[in-house]
Amino acid sequence: MGRFILQRLLQAIPVLLVVITATFFLVRAAPGGPFSAEKAVPPEVLKALEERYQLNQPVLNQYFSYLGDLAHGDLGPSFRFPGRSVNEMIFAGLPTTAELGLYALLISMLLGTTAGVVAALKPNTAQDYIPMSTAMIGICLPSFLLGPLLMLVFGIWLEWVPVSGWGNIPGDKILPALTLASGYTAYVARLSRGGMLEVMSQDYIRTARAKGLPEWVVVIKHGLRGGLIPVVAFAGPAFAGLLSGSFVVETIFQIPGLGRFYVQAAFNRDYTMIMGTTVFFAALIILFNLLSDILAVWLNPKLRQQYSSHSG
Amino acid sequence: MALLEVNNLSTWFHTRNGVVKAVDDVSFSVAEGETLAIVGESGSGKSVCCYSLLGLIPMPPGKIESGTALFNGRDLLALSERELRGIRGNEIATIFQDPMTSLNPYLTIGEQLIEPLIYHRDMSRKKARIRAIELLDAVGIPRAEHRFDSYAFQFSGGMRQRVMIAMALIAEPRLLIADEPTTALDVTIQAQTLKLISELQTQRNLAVIFISHDLAVVANIADRVAVMKDGKIVETNTTTAIYSKPQHPYTQTLLKAIPDGGKVQQADIADTPLLEICRLKTWFNISGKKNTRSGKKDTRKKSDGSAKGSSANDHTVKAVDDVTLTIRRHEILGIVGESGSGKSTLGRSILQLVKPTGGSVKYGGDELTTLSRRQMKPYRRRMQMIFQDPYASLNPRMSVFDALAEPLLYHGLATRKTVLAEVLALMDDVGLAADSIRKYPHEFSGGQRQRIAIGRAIATKPEFIIADEPVSALDVTIQAQILELILQLVDKHNLTMLFISHDLSVVRYICDRVAVMHQGKLIESGATETLWHHPQQSYTQSLLAAVPSLQASHN
Repeated sequence: MGRFILQRLLQAIPVLLVVITATFFLVRAAPGGPFSAEKAVPPEVLKALEERYQLNQPVLNQYFSYLGDLAHGDLGPSFRFPGRSVNEMIFAGLPTTAELGLYALLISMLLGTTAGVVAALKPNTAQDYIPMSTAMIGICLPSFLLGPLLMLVFGIWLEWVPVSGWGNIPGDKILPALTLASGYTAYVARLSRGGMLEVMSQDYIRTARAKGLPEWVVVIKHGLRGGLIPVVAFAGPAFAGLLSGSFVVETIFQIPGLGRFYVQAAFNRDYTMIMGTTVFFAALIILFNLLSDILAVWLNPKLRQQYSSHSG
Repeated sequence: MALLEVNNLSTWFHTRNGVVKAVDDVSFSVAEGETLAIVGESGSGKSVCCYSLLGLIPMPPGKIESGTALFNGRDLLALSERELRGIRGNEIATIFQDPMTSLNPYLTIGEQLIEPLIYHRDMSRKKARIRAIELLDAVGIPRAEHRFDSYAFQFSGGMRQRVMIAMALIAEPRLLIADEPTTALDVTIQAQTLKLISELQTQRNLAVIFISHDLAVVANIADRVAVMKDGKIVETNTTTAIYSKPQHPYTQTLLKAIPDGGKVQQADIADTPLLEICRLKTWFNISGKKNTRSGKKDTRKKSDGSAKGSSANDHTVKAVDDVTLTIRRHEILGIVGESGSGKSTLGRSILQLVKPTGGSVKYGGDELTTLSRRQMKPYRRRMQMIFQDPYASLNPRMSVFDALAEPLLYHGLATRKTVLAEVLALMDDVGLAADSIRKYPHEFSGGQRQRIAIGRAIATKPEFIIADEPVSALDVTIQAQILELILQLVDKHNLTMLFISHDLSVVRYICDRVAVMHQGKLIESGATETLWHHPQQSYTQSLLAAVPSLQASHN
């Protein structure tokens, strides 16, 4: 197992390098720069700024010095927020985004698997069609539509929950978490339905029934383990996706998270900030994919044995 | 009084394409201590019939239309799901065909074993564990205590079926339904399993319903036999009567279809060898990577970097190990052995579908192992293969015409103009109706699909064909037809054939010479009848002794 993890971590290095390189040259290829503003900046000021941030040097030199800093874990200073480093800003925004992502993940896993399993137990009946068509709507409805819709219904008409903010008024975390979770919930529901349908048609489920076990034991003990493996495999990338994809929700609900920095950085041509967040998210995606793979291996006794016997 | 008495049972499936009468007005009974065999081909309704009693068929589309099933005085068909659940696994237990898929891969076998005790007997886990270990021991699992926490994949096929049997018997049922319990097992394991079932039956005075397609297996174990066809029981009688005086024409057909005895007409075998296989080795290491010839292996190891030199040897599986064999022109050479003995790998190594680790394969004097992919091409036309499963080995998106025309056009044996006539001639050769030329594989039965596969193999006018278990997936009557077809074609086209099979009766029926493989090694070979009557190696002797035969039942 240890060797498997090490191998995967080593494989991550070239992937990250490609991401860094592509982003580095793409943002520089885009028109405009961090200091091009509507109001003309005096040439000497611009020159001083470029010198300070080493933008006057050849691009390749910039690239290698960025890589060097990165190797030390330094993502550089922010170009648009003088005096603040990218590291600082990421760690300022991360807890909020992580909390939001975690809630959304929990909601999507619980709600999604329940809906999927319920649907799979009676395929092609109302018990299947109702949750699954709801899931379809969930996939189709973008969060910039669903968010305001939820705000309107539950915040303004019903006045059950606050419509914006994060951690100021009790209950203000409910709507953003739900909005962010919707698409993932729907996807998890479809995955778990598929997984369960397949498992419930396996011979060993028939064996379990032939033993006279109550149906709930058959489903939960014999079915769920195999049926939810696709969901487990999806959970890692989903969490990474929730973290990196939360900027729409953060913007709608005015949440001071990482996503908003990311979008702002892109508009501002804040090179280091764009690079920093991209690299950070790429690393997260790789890490969570790995975690989910490990979990999937651990859940399957056969794979578990294979990997543990190979790590000698 | 009978323990189970089924009267006028009908189970129909209401599908979109109409009603399928899977079980149609069936009556039978089984007494304590008695074994009733229900025999029939696939789709005859024998399994559905038993699963109907236990409420194990999917409903809908299945529906029990009529009938009663008195078990110990209670009508199973009238019970609620809850009441029926109290009987399943408790008073009536079931063993299924394939122990690999029938055991839950995610739970330890111990956990699965104790479930009936926990849910039917309210036993504590601790007590149930002790009982389960006792029973594992009784069915012959060595070191039962240690194996309790193992998973199904950690057992061999035979051991898995023992676990299934233990699981079925743990709640001490009165009726055991065994649905093809030995079909997925090797012949020696089959013999052991059958023995175990009949021993346990005598000890516990069990009633057994034994579902099988194999009349030879049934002959050795059943007291009475019911023959099923198209959802109906056509004949029920004592085992002796069924085999000696079959009344119904279908029973007679079934019995006749069992390959019994040796090859009738001897082929005209030339003394010239077509294939000379010398010290052939094909080794795999356990991760699935193959050890190729030494030069390549070294370079890969270097580029890989992570591979440990020493561990490579520890994980090597010698699938084919030092096999020397000659196949003469126009003979059918049988390769027999149990699963995992390396017989399929031998076939694939001969065709260079896997590159051998060492040794030589000479085809008509030409060395094949050193040829590149391109250089192999002319030989590919002359050497063909027929696979076991005609469902899996035919491309579902290619019609019969496409499947048969492809090799003809690829090897330049037909032009766009002549290909239709060639394909029709081939279809005629293998006994397929000309009007099915545009049909796709799923529109055919298993036997017809195997005819297509055979047609595809002989399309290139090969000299040599490897048939890898070509009839194991087929029902016995279909099997007989395909064997006839193979014999006919071998004779007509002067073919040389390597016939790989685990079924010794089939091999004896069709082969001129037989070679026995065991753990990658070729341990014995000889003329079929000589080998049958005077096997030299003890392994061959035990293999032959394990073959269920109709004669044995009459002794």
